[in-house]
Amino acid sequence: MSISAINTRNPFRGQVARKTPRSPIPGFPLALGFTVFWLGLIVLLPLAGVFFKTATLGPAEIWNIASSERVLAALRLSFGTALLAALLNAVFGLLVAWVFVRYEFPGKSLFDAAIDLPFALPTAVAGIALTALYAPNGWIGSLLEPLGLKVAYTPLGIVVALTFIGLPFVVRTVEPVLRDIEREFEEAAASLGATRTQTIVRVILPSILPALLTGFALAFARGVGEYGSVIFIAGNIPFVSEIAPLLIVIRLEEFNYAGATTVAALMLVVSFAMLLAINALQAWSNRHRSRHPAGATKEN
Amino acid sequence: MSTVNPAVIARGALGSATTEAPWVRYMLVALALTFLAAFLLLPLVSVFTEALRNGLGTYVEALTDADALAAIKLTLIASAIAVPANLVFGVAAAWAITKFEFRGKTFLTTLIDLPFSVSPVVAGLVYVLMFGASGWARPLLDTTNIQIIFAVPGIVLATIFVTFPFVARELIPLMQEQGTDDEQAALSLGANGWQTFWHVTLPNVRWALLYGVLLCNARAMGEFGAVSVVSGHIRGKTNTMPLHVEILYNEYNFAAAFAVASLLAGLALLTLGLKSLLETRYGSELARRQKH
Repeated sequence: MSISAINTRNPFRGQVARKTPRSPIPGFPLALGFTVFWLGLIVLLPLAGVFFKTATLGPAEIWNIASSERVLAALRLSFGTALLAALLNAVFGLLVAWVFVRYEFPGKSLFDAAIDLPFALPTAVAGIALTALYAPNGWIGSLLEPLGLKVAYTPLGIVVALTFIGLPFVVRTVEPVLRDIEREFEEAAASLGATRTQTIVRVILPSILPALLTGFALAFARGVGEYGSVIFIAGNIPFVSEIAPLLIVIRLEEFNYAGATTVAALMLVVSFAMLLAINALQAWSNRHRSRHPAGATKEN
Repeated sequence: MSTVNPAVIARGALGSATTEAPWVRYMLVALALTFLAAFLLLPLVSVFTEALRNGLGTYVEALTDADALAAIKLTLIASAIAVPANLVFGVAAAWAITKFEFRGKTFLTTLIDLPFSVSPVVAGLVYVLMFGASGWARPLLDTTNIQIIFAVPGIVLATIFVTFPFVARELIPLMQEQGTDDEQAALSLGANGWQTFWHVTLPNVRWALLYGVLLCNARAMGEFGAVSVVSGHIRGKTNTMPLHVEILYNEYNFAAAFAVASLLAGLALLTLGLKSLLETRYGSELARRQKH
């Protein structure tokens, strides 16, 4: 023990000590070996196959498929509806998180458990339930129809399904950060003459902004790839309400592997970019939490 | 002598500046609860009302139908394989990542989360490209005569893929917080590696492990997109419960579709109930989490 402690303090040995695990705990080769092997076999190798298959098509054919009207329409729809739903969730998710952290009301714990329902409810079940509700003869659909608002079997229905799916991402990301904000900073702002609105805009919002953006990005990323809850309510009309994942399924059923794979590769590239962005946001959020005065976390 | 305590005045004045006026509070609570009720509770209620619309007889009939029973059985088989597989992986990954220092650790953690950012349809597609009729790993199969796509192994693989990170992501933050002191103490007292793992590490993380398994199982039983792509939808053979719901729904057999869906909704409610129980009872033994 004392030798390794000296080693890490020695500037010349420090590098070596960091590279090789000098932990007295056994099992490193087995645990890491199995992790990398299983990850490679189940996730990385199959995913690499998508890019491998796309690469064999050649640039001309990839461009042909990717720039076709139907593919572009599907991608535009998937990204557009996911963006709209994530924005809705950012607004309502923040509201829900705020109400749950700051106020007391009857039935709070029941509603709190219900927030995670979209994580637990199978997407196909959510899909048929939302369709039943928003169809012209459904509980909500029949209320909206006299207003001239058609939700089921239109792109609006997709937004409803994606809002359902994405809500917990925003609430559960913002909640802990909001809870950590120390009230002393709001009192300090108030005692220095800030109005409540000023305190909210200049003290509270800046400290939860990274978390809110992370939640937004998570909801957006999930929405872009969502399939089960959408296909029942969407109507699935090509060029109008046909999402990108559905187009992949249709191409596969036609045995058009080139078409399916190219769309999948495009979506994967976007997913990877989103994942990197989310990681960067989360790192920023964590740094922000430890640095920003109002977001200082209590040691627990 | 009636003195007014200045502190009381100050606190009263600040009180109005550090919280909202009562009417604002009531309005915000009402708005949030209306939104939750309309978006979350109403769909759940509608599953059960639609399922029972044609009476209990139709409901029971839909669930005892041979194809429905086969779908239930297949769902149970797929999750009975996928969940333990991800449990073992999650424990191994968390052990490697939290008990040791090595280069590329952050990258490895990101890769483990990767399946969450991949569309379920793409998760199914990757196995079709691998093991399908003209798949690149096909030569491996032809010698052994194993069918993967449009068969049970493909469904299990797709389920493992989409539930891959669940257990690992519950364990990693918690084991990171706990450090290695307990394990080092056990080892210095003469325990071997496995003894340390079974008697020290595992009891330390048991509730987080159960929590991860719970969420993993809910997703495994409910997965639709990925399984749909590899299944081939052969009735009574390669249909899981969510796929059976889709088939019944597309045949306009709504009562039966919602009957099978109500079983899945019941599973979701059970999962949420157990999850809340774990959070209130053992909240301190679960890590501060970033939900996904």
